[in-house]
Amino acid sequence: MIISRFLRRGISTSTSPTRRRSWWDHVTPALKDPINAVTDAFLADPCPYKINLGVGAYRDDEGKPVVLQCVREAEGKTGATNFLESTSTAISSKLVEESAKLIYGEDSDVIKERRFAGIPALSGTGACRIFAEFQKQFYPGSTIYFPDPTWSNHRNIWGDAHVPDRTFHYYHPDSKGLNFVALMDDVKNAPDGSFFLLQPCAHNPTGVDPTDEQWLEISSLFKVKNHFPFFDVAYQGFASGDVERDAQAIRIFLEDGHSIGCAQSFAKNMGLYGHRVGCLSILCNDKIQAVAIKSQLKQISNTMYGSPPIHGISLVSKILSNPDIKALWLKEVKVMATRIQRMRATLREALERLGSPLNWQHITNQVGMFCFSGLTRAEVDQLAKEFHIYMTHDGRISMAGVTTKNVDYVARAIHEVTASDRDIKILHNIGAYKVNTDICSTSLGTKKTRARGMNLAL
Amino acid sequence: MASTLLSLASATPSASLCFHEINKGKLNLGCINKEKTNPFIKAKSFGRVSMVVASNVSHFEGITMAPPDPILGVSEAFKADDHELKLNLGVGAYRTEELQPYVLDVVKKVNKLLLEKGENLEYLPIEGLAAFNKVTAELLFGADNPVIKQQRVATVQGLSGTGSLRLAAALIERYFPGEKVLISSPTWGNHKNIFNDARVPWSEYRYYDPKTVGLDFEGMIADIKAAPEGSFILLHGCAHNPTGIDPTPEQWGVIADVIQEKNHIPFFDIAYQGFASGSLDTDAASVRMFVARGMEVIAAQSYSKNLGLYAERIGAINVVCSSPEAAARVKSQLKRIARPMYSNPPVHGARIVANIVGDSALFKEWNAEMEMMAGRIKNVRHKLFDSLSSKDKSGKDWSFVLKQIGMFSFTGLNKAQCDNMTNKWHVYMTKDGRISLAGLSLAKCEYLADAIIDSYHNVS
Repeated sequence: MIISRFLRRGISTSTSPTRRRSWWDHVTPALKDPINAVTDAFLADPCPYKINLGVGAYRDDEGKPVVLQCVREAEGKTGATNFLESTSTAISSKLVEESAKLIYGEDSDVIKERRFAGIPALSGTGACRIFAEFQKQFYPGSTIYFPDPTWSNHRNIWGDAHVPDRTFHYYHPDSKGLNFVALMDDVKNAPDGSFFLLQPCAHNPTGVDPTDEQWLEISSLFKVKNHFPFFDVAYQGFASGDVERDAQAIRIFLEDGHSIGCAQSFAKNMGLYGHRVGCLSILCNDKIQAVAIKSQLKQISNTMYGSPPIHGISLVSKILSNPDIKALWLKEVKVMATRIQRMRATLREALERLGSPLNWQHITNQVGMFCFSGLTRAEVDQLAKEFHIYMTHDGRISMAGVTTKNVDYVARAIHEVTASDRDIKILHNIGAYKVNTDICSTSLGTKKTRARGMNLAL
Repeated sequence: MASTLLSLASATPSASLCFHEINKGKLNLGCINKEKTNPFIKAKSFGRVSMVVASNVSHFEGITMAPPDPILGVSEAFKADDHELKLNLGVGAYRTEELQPYVLDVVKKVNKLLLEKGENLEYLPIEGLAAFNKVTAELLFGADNPVIKQQRVATVQGLSGTGSLRLAAALIERYFPGEKVLISSPTWGNHKNIFNDARVPWSEYRYYDPKTVGLDFEGMIADIKAAPEGSFILLHGCAHNPTGIDPTPEQWGVIADVIQEKNHIPFFDIAYQGFASGSLDTDAASVRMFVARGMEVIAAQSYSKNLGLYAERIGAINVVCSSPEAAARVKSQLKRIARPMYSNPPVHGARIVANIVGDSALFKEWNAEMEMMAGRIKNVRHKLFDSLSSKDKSGKDWSFVLKQIGMFSFTGLNKAQCDNMTNKWHVYMTKDGRISLAGLSLAKCEYLADAIIDSYHNVS
């Protein structure tokens, strides 16, 4: 019978010469993710005093990653709890409920009337992706407008969902602030009913946020144009230190009656990076529509990964629903935001004290984790090569990586690369400037040409 | 005046005055005139034009309810039933003899350990926890497998089986556009949805033979042979879901022959390693056979069932390539796909698995618990078979219950008969005739036998 013929194992029955080729010959190596590539380069650098100002992950003043105390407390209450499928649904619903309250306001009509469809998501990325797929499914011909610039992964997310993207003016390279006039123009000129991605606070990568007045205008224009605003909320609490304050843009849109969509991430503001916790919500006309939309969102996530992991969901829902732990969390968010604000001020002062002729106001004007420094690609490369300071090619500095110990070194390095590139001699009046020898003596000592003119107590 | 107001929001379909907007005193007619000259061009703020029209109608107005998930819907119906003899044989989640959910002792231990360690919660790399990726590949292929030693496996941590399958589907869509995936008829319900949403075309190969309540081997081979060269063949590594019918080792050999002959790519979904026979190694035999022949293989793993980590979403996608260089390229592309899906995978489940599989004492304990769980299911099969054989005087051959393997059994009942199971006997199962033995206790076997016999003989 059939079976005996084939009992000879491993013997090829085909004589095609192409049989031994690999199936994957035509797979080229993927381009490295630009942000992760910075971390990779940083990790590969053997220099002991290297500094990573690339990825937007919070560090304390010792440069160490932080597990928030509120997280530890929530862990203590849930950590050893082993999750059963039965409890998962309840916990997920709780997470969505609490996340919605956090961003829309506890007393918002949207919450009271249950006019939102929400699902837990794999942090901000996951929430954006589910929305992008949802947008594609129900508005197949639509595009998405991104601020220029925006987080590098936004383009990949909507791209993989097959939604083409366009940009609207946002950052003004001369003022290093918001290009409001051009922004409003672009919003006006976009076809009615376009989809826009907005960052409500602590814009990534520029740190430039519209003022409340400007948000009011944007919201009004959106109303006229019937655009759909999708908010990517990755830093609630990180801009001002106050979660309510940081939600202002969204509250403004809500008051204007927009039915928005919102991607929330708890990676940064709760330090839950690795747990991948977030929430996707879409505001609806009523409860009934909310149920229908939620079912569609669930269906999309069911074919992508099923459901997000319960551990992180459980932590966030505990933190937000337990008043004591929540109060602790709010305090800790303020501490993180304040430290970053302090580092901004310190870095700017240091650069000004060094006599840099450039304008560094934007370091303190910009808000949140990132500073769009204005450094050129060449300067960024030089910082990495010669000073072992790593940041993304667009000159975005993660201020979370700046500490009291390294801020002087960072300032000097920035001053050095910008001064030499712009043909300005380094002055000697930094002799009185205290040097952190334990960080930088080795490098600057050996780089004779660079060190000349910098009076270092070596 | 009202019409002027309404014309401002020209694109807004429903522009009725909103009651609470008026109450808030938002009527601000004074600003209307400024709208005639486009005020937004100027840099100054003009103060808002208060919109008195109601909330914009949702952009997603016409969206309808998605169809309910057939499997999860069963559990919901079960919950709603308050009959005292009700039995939930719907979803494939392991239950103890007391029909309680079960958290493995090793998992409890490791959760405690992790709590004490208090490690940081930084992002994992896109490909996941390195320690996890190492042990998961070794668990599937065997630590001494040449493909591991030669670094020919691209392993990326995924969100359980579903997430891992989706990564592979996206890879297929990108690099083999238009190529089909052949899936068994029947197969796990979500397979089709995953490939649909990933835009990968699929077709079916015959698998279940309702006449024998067994494998339609000839049909399966014929359909795999008939598929265009270079198709992807989705195979269940062990404990086929939903039928519980696995090919014999000899049959696996023939399947491998045909796949090689037609230059197809074998794509394994291994969701039950350890649950079929009780032995992790034995259950990996089919995959290892294909790999031993030098074939390039895709394999998706899940720890949802065998470690009970359903809710933590931990699994992996492995692509065995012909060279380490190809594996590196493939891995980079899997990462490229994962980044815009969720950036990097969750850390907790990965740490649990890495700790258990990476520690010989814990690994031994896991093996023992695995045997216990699979053993309970085998016992239940025996008891059910005995009950059916002794109660049913018709002479029908119920031995398929013993031949089938893993959590599920395809009873051969049709939809009407399944409805009878539920409506008359309060036994909840999926409409394709599948029962989850993991949800059956020894104590309930006789009752179930009565229900099956009644449905089979008295309902058509």
